[in-house]
Amino acid sequence: MVALDTEPRAPVRTGTARRRRTPVTWVRGGGLTTLLFFLPLLLSFTLFSWWPIARSLVLSLQQTNFIVTEWVGLENFQRVLADPLLGTAVWNTTVFTLIALLIGFPVPLLLAVFVAELRRTRGLASVLAYLPVVIPPVVAVLLWKTFYRPDDAGLFNTVLGRVGLGPFQWLNSGDMVIPAIVVQATWASFGTAVIIYLAALMTIRTELYESAEIDGAGVVRRFWHVTLPQLRGILLIMLLLQLIGTFQVFTEPYIMTGGGPENRSLTVLLLIYRYAFVSGDYGRATALSLLLALALGVLSAAYLWATRRWSSS
Amino acid sequence: MTTIGTPPAGATTPSRGRARTRALDTERSILSGMDRQVPHVRVAVTIAGVLILLGLVVTCAGPLFWLFKAATSTSTETLSDPFGLWPSGVHWENLTEAWTTIRFGTYLRNTLIICAGTWFFGVLVAMTGGYGIAILKPAYARVVSAAVLATLFIPGVISLVALYLTVIDLPVLNVNLLNTFWGVWLPAAASAFNVLLVSRFLQSIPPTLFDAARIDGAGAVRIFWSLVLPLSRPILGVVSLLTIIGAYKDFLWPLLVLPDPDLQPISVALPRIESSTDLGVFMAALLISVVIPVVLFLAFQRQFLRAAGSAGAIKE
Repeated sequence: MVALDTEPRAPVRTGTARRRRTPVTWVRGGGLTTLLFFLPLLLSFTLFSWWPIARSLVLSLQQTNFIVTEWVGLENFQRVLADPLLGTAVWNTTVFTLIALLIGFPVPLLLAVFVAELRRTRGLASVLAYLPVVIPPVVAVLLWKTFYRPDDAGLFNTVLGRVGLGPFQWLNSGDMVIPAIVVQATWASFGTAVIIYLAALMTIRTELYESAEIDGAGVVRRFWHVTLPQLRGILLIMLLLQLIGTFQVFTEPYIMTGGGPENRSLTVLLLIYRYAFVSGDYGRATALSLLLALALGVLSAAYLWATRRWSSS
Repeated sequence: MTTIGTPPAGATTPSRGRARTRALDTERSILSGMDRQVPHVRVAVTIAGVLILLGLVVTCAGPLFWLFKAATSTSTETLSDPFGLWPSGVHWENLTEAWTTIRFGTYLRNTLIICAGTWFFGVLVAMTGGYGIAILKPAYARVVSAAVLATLFIPGVISLVALYLTVIDLPVLNVNLLNTFWGVWLPAAASAFNVLLVSRFLQSIPPTLFDAARIDGAGAVRIFWSLVLPLSRPILGVVSLLTIIGAYKDFLWPLLVLPDPDLQPISVALPRIESSTDLGVFMAALLISVVIPVVLFLAFQRQFLRAAGSAGAIKE
């Protein structure tokens, strides 16, 4: 109870508190305590979020080796755009994203719709689907790397070998490397989407299905005309988030191939990493980061604009 | 796999069994209770259910089972016949060897330290910040919350390099956090997502509760300690799970900030030692890294799935 008396009171909006605001009344009114509560947030965000974002803008116009820092204008951007690897990285990342959408978007949705129809085993199914998500990505990638071994000892080559196919080069083949990484990445992350869709499916009002049924709609039409429209909002957001996420893919190609073979799995983030932490060219790396962020921003805005009619119901 | 419609085999607790069937009947999805009475629908649903479960077992649990098998077999066995089940018995020595020869214990300890610190600072920032934004609401709260929210929409990639340069030379303090755990703990604490989760949760509590406490003479600290914290237990669980899992999984940031092998967590150490380690021992190391999160997940399934679901709800 002693602590209670020494504490400043929370703001009480009565006539007496309307007096002129001085630092003393501010402290008495609990202003200092409030500020102390904000301190962890303000400190951590200023140092590790707001300041680095602001600094990126400055850094992209500079060249630094920690001793001398000079302004170079747009030179960093010019050097990024002049790099022949930029086209490769953008192309690879786009292909990666498209394949990831092609597999990673419909599979969790259909799975969630089917799992929602299960009754006793629904819990078991969601636990199984979520299992890969709790495995640390690095471990999952390293495990799949052994599955993709190009010799006969690889799991996929063993299985396919039994039906007379292969052996395939998988991660060593320029044409197969991106699809192979996409399959691993989808395996590692589809559980989250399944759980989110399942939660959304459970909130669909049963009356909608009942009235569709009375109108004579079969199972497929109920899915098409009730389930899908009801999930519209979450589907649109998940698609956008997946788009933004896969554009920033790093861990999988970094560990599986390091960008190879012959840069066929080099992604934009891998290129940023190389600029900054292999060549120590921080200005150029920041310039590319900004360009990627700008592209993502434009993409998101265009996406939201294009789908604005669907999302507002 | 029992079909719907037959009463559950709860002969000993008939009342609970009946209540459960009734609850299942009122709840419906695309298929109605009546559809499920039709024999061929019932058969189709059962077959589809079995196939889905089998598929999930093979694709999701299968790789983990194979990892267990490879971790307890010799390297030559795994290489000559990847699907052979322990031709020369179970080799537990891989696990002990992983512990001793590749210093797996050190990496695991580092991972746990990183998780604990990230959890502490993450919860500290999210709870105090969420409380300030949702309940204390000073004049500047709106600006702060807008500035926090804005970082959610800025892709993380934008500040990666600048964050690295900030951490190796902190402004004002001029401290280098490279090769310290602070360098991992503190940046992770600035999570807009966690602050948003907590402040949204606190906003859903009736404000009259806090007004009553204020009238009874409770100050901001006391309201936080004896009202907000106990009330926030569900969201605290979600935030804790999300930060700890995030810290356990993180790769790129600790890779940059902790170049010293003695400080690296398993996620950074494993790819580094991959090529120089015997396959069986390496698989054993992967297995130990997987066991902790998987066991935690199986023990706290509900909390994990709810955390994943609430993460989805906020994206909406």
